[in-house]
Amino acid sequence: MSRLWIIGCCAIVATSSARAQNTAPIVTPPARTADSALEARTSAVAAQLRCPVCQGLSIQDSPSELAQSMRSLVRDQLAEGKTPAEVKSYFVSKYGEWILLAPEPHGINLVAYAVPILVVVGGGAGIVFAVRRWTSVPKSVSAD
Amino acid sequence: MNWRRAAIAAMLAIPVIALFKRSMTRDPREIDSPLPGKPAPQFALPVFAPGQPPLDRKIGDTVRLADLRGRVVVLNFWASWCLACRDEHAGLSDVARQYVGKPVTFVGSLYQDSPNNGTSWIAEMGGQSYPSVVDQRTRTAIDYGLYGVPETFFIGADGRIAHKIAGPAAPWVIRRIVDSLLLVAAPGGASP
Repeated sequence: MSRLWIIGCCAIVATSSARAQNTAPIVTPPARTADSALEARTSAVAAQLRCPVCQGLSIQDSPSELAQSMRSLVRDQLAEGKTPAEVKSYFVSKYGEWILLAPEPHGINLVAYAVPILVVVGGGAGIVFAVRRWTSVPKSVSAD
Repeated sequence: MNWRRAAIAAMLAIPVIALFKRSMTRDPREIDSPLPGKPAPQFALPVFAPGQPPLDRKIGDTVRLADLRGRVVVLNFWASWCLACRDEHAGLSDVARQYVGKPVTFVGSLYQDSPNNGTSWIAEMGGQSYPSVVDQRTRTAIDYGLYGVPETFFIGADGRIAHKIAGPAAPWVIRRIVDSLLLVAAPGGASP
């Protein structure tokens, strides 16, 4: 009887410790995941915002105090539930579109996106035209 | 045929020349601010440097922009490590004294600096007539789209940002802007 009682106690202890081992990883990771997800979203937004006191660096890459303060503000705004677009819009309302490393594709900004495409298409067409001209057989020769 | 070529060349050259002229005639450090004309971002910041009577405020008092509605506010961002701030300090402090008794409030806001450094700097510069507050987390500076110091914002009695000066502000420029804002603020546009 006492053996049965000891075995029962051991079984309860083993089960509860197994539960503890199982539950621990389930409790902690979501917090870490939430933090790392917020960090990832912060980094993604911060990488699109220009550091006002640097030369061509984003606030994600700049070690300057202002950039770090701005990054912290991005993090806080995302944590409050603002969308990345709303956070970017806040910075644009304070600094103008200059704060965006890549201009938004609308209005006059479209020129920045259209010109490289036009240059590539125009250049390609020019090359095709030139190659055809160089490789075409002169009419006088084909007539012979 | 030659006229056609000349017209095409001109069409290509004119925008390039216009862009070149624009870039040659503007200050490369100057960034257009979208804030003038818009409501001034609210702030509530603690005083760390009291200023001098009669413009003084107690250390630890909170300066709230909301409490200054109806007054012209001159908000100057500065730091003890900023060399250009030394150039404008005496002039700004003198101009603030000239507006004692008028509906104008001058406030300094310490930017990315410690109040201890700020206090020592003010003492070294021979004092400051108006109080200075500290923006511990740089949130107010970001709200005002700051990218360096000194920067001075002129807020009208209607609570909107009327002007912004990046770099040291000359006393005569400050006076001219404040006077124009006082004229607008005065009932019927009369002199204040």
